[in-house]
Amino acid sequence: MLTNASNFIKEVDGVFLFILGISLLLLIMITVLMVIFVFKYNRKKNPKPRNIKGNTTLEIIWTVIPTVLAVGMFYYGWYGYKKMTAAPKDAYEINVIAKMWKWDFTYPNGVTIDSLVVPINKPVKLNIKSIDVNHSFFIPAFRIKKDAIPNKDNYLWFIPQEKGVYDILCAEYCGLRHAYMYSKIYVVHQDEFDEWMKKLSVKINQ
Amino acid sequence: MMLTDIKSGNGHNGEYIDFYNAPTKRKGIFKWIFSTDHKRIGILYLVSLLTFFSVAVIFGFLMRLELIAPGKTIMDPQTYNQIFTLHGVIMIFLFIIPGIPAVFGNFLLPLMIGARDVAFPRLNLLSWWLFILGGFVAVISLFLPGGPADTGWTFYIPYSVRTNTNVIPALMGAFILGFSSILTGLNFITTIHRMRAPGMSWFKMPLFVWSLYATGWIQILATPIVGITLLLVAIERWFGVGIFDPALGGDPILYQHLFWIYSHPAVYIMILPAMGVISEVIPVFSRRTIFGYKFIAFSSIAIAFFGSLVWAHHMFTVGMSGTAMWIFSLLTFLVAIPSAIKVFNWVSTLYKGSIELEPPMLFALAFIFNFTIGGFTGLMQGALSLNIHIHDTYFIVGHFHYVMFGGTGFGIFAAIHHWFPKMFGKMYNKRNAKISFALILGGFQLLYFPMFIMGYLGMPRRYYDYLPEFHIWHLLSTIGSWILIPGLILMFVNLIMALKKGQRAEANPWGGVTLEWTIPSPPSFENFEKIPVVEKEPYDFTHYELGEEVKN
Repeated sequence: MLTNASNFIKEVDGVFLFILGISLLLLIMITVLMVIFVFKYNRKKNPKPRNIKGNTTLEIIWTVIPTVLAVGMFYYGWYGYKKMTAAPKDAYEINVIAKMWKWDFTYPNGVTIDSLVVPINKPVKLNIKSIDVNHSFFIPAFRIKKDAIPNKDNYLWFIPQEKGVYDILCAEYCGLRHAYMYSKIYVVHQDEFDEWMKKLSVKINQ
Repeated sequence: MMLTDIKSGNGHNGEYIDFYNAPTKRKGIFKWIFSTDHKRIGILYLVSLLTFFSVAVIFGFLMRLELIAPGKTIMDPQTYNQIFTLHGVIMIFLFIIPGIPAVFGNFLLPLMIGARDVAFPRLNLLSWWLFILGGFVAVISLFLPGGPADTGWTFYIPYSVRTNTNVIPALMGAFILGFSSILTGLNFITTIHRMRAPGMSWFKMPLFVWSLYATGWIQILATPIVGITLLLVAIERWFGVGIFDPALGGDPILYQHLFWIYSHPAVYIMILPAMGVISEVIPVFSRRTIFGYKFIAFSSIAIAFFGSLVWAHHMFTVGMSGTAMWIFSLLTFLVAIPSAIKVFNWVSTLYKGSIELEPPMLFALAFIFNFTIGGFTGLMQGALSLNIHIHDTYFIVGHFHYVMFGGTGFGIFAAIHHWFPKMFGKMYNKRNAKISFALILGGFQLLYFPMFIMGYLGMPRRYYDYLPEFHIWHLLSTIGSWILIPGLILMFVNLIMALKKGQRAEANPWGGVTLEWTIPSPPSFENFEKIPVVEKEPYDFTHYELGEEVKN
């Protein structure tokens, strides 16, 4: 929670904590009221009920306040999502092909490998497509996900902000080995990335 | 035959004979499966639904057992994929969608509005037969070569086109079940419009009837879409027309849209009647009128209306236009408002009541708690940026089990305990019922709450195997199922024992004031000796306020 692994974590975890906070408050309020009423007005202590049919002021209050809160939650979520769709023009583009049950990553120089290596602090744009059934590209640590669908060009982008190795999972059910459609993303320094790219190109060209 | 009058089902002097013993030309099981009596049909549904429910619970139990530890535990991945599909298909199409309307709607709707039966009794019987036929067709897929479908209950194309398992029988089953649902909805709407007792204006109807009314409209308007979709799938398969399958030039996203245009409103077909049950149970055990009657009634209609316009929130990661994204997100947040209004009104109904925690009330209060958690986690999914992260993870699995099981499931258990004496004329052991309630509630929380945590940590759903960091949450969840299931068994054994050995129930064991409590338990064949004239409001408990113990 609230790590710095990608540029979207603050957005996503922020909305989560915002809604969680409001929800917990209301949940506690509702539950505590229920428990208090059940004890205070139990039949032994309170054999005679009072028939209160309603209260329009209360109804207005508990319609308006949740509406305001809900619209606030909507706006916060939408605001973060807009960032997720606005990939910078200079982003480093990698093509992702999903197939049962494997990920292929093709770099601008034509090299294709089965795990992802990206330089730190540089925007990366992944163009995602499937060649068989629906899959979904998911990096939990980065809070990003996009479905891979045949005949449809999808993309997502992110800035990796911490060095390390993270899991790539398939999130859309795709059959027998769906649970094993794993890969890794390695976030490295630009120097390491260039060196790795050079070695890889040489290896492939041999 | 000499002593009784077949037409009214009463003794020759008009004395009371309960509907089980009412004279009929049919014998044995035919008394049931060819009966057009709404009460018998309700009980037929109850038995069929609980049978399907038990089977699906066993599948759920096996899934949890497989997931107790990483790697293979008791089954291979293919079996697991088929079992989670069966669990979903049976629970959704054969238990929770028909659920409350089919069982309690059938049994209670005519009783609550002071009618002798529903508007179309034969159509009602046909609905049950279609239900059984649909269930049978779906069950056949188990035994055909290829085995049951392994697609999940959503049957997403293209996977469902490529798999060799029996997807088509399952779809055929769903198609037939759809008609059962449409006919039930049609029947109830007509009944509510045309057959209310004199004096029962719209705002004198019990809130359960309001919820059935809202549900009926969704059943009629939304269910045909899934029928059409399944026909399109069949046309594509048989004639090679490219509609959904990308290999034929079709669009798999179109399938998802059509599927959810039905299946999201279907979620409200599941939850609305349960909300109706809660609106009945809470006033009875608080011995006071419901708080905000009209707000609860209209919020059902609002939920039915807005709930029909939010389907694409199941598809936020497929790559829709920005406009579609924000519209569906905003509408999703708005549909939460009428649900919140209901919760606030229910809690306020407890205020200054005279509360007795009988088993139905316990289930109803637990419904409010579970449904609130289910609702709030639903809000989290409505927020676009957050949805991207938690979509297709265990967070979703946790959320819909809180709504579907913690909400509708608990609503069904509340309804069974509330109306059991009315339906069978027997009272169950309340102590056992309360113990089973505690086990079910505790087991439920332990089973499903860890799913929110592991979901947020990134555990995708429909996974046969998982990374070691999720082990602890899966383990806790599986242990929860070992508490929940004994609770369910105890609950059902307790009710079955009551059928055999239970004490005779009075006409009105809880002190309710809606019309079904004014007639004997179980009701006679024609329900009412004389059709009642309704003058009072549906939740008029003023006699308790005045200190009278028994209602005149």
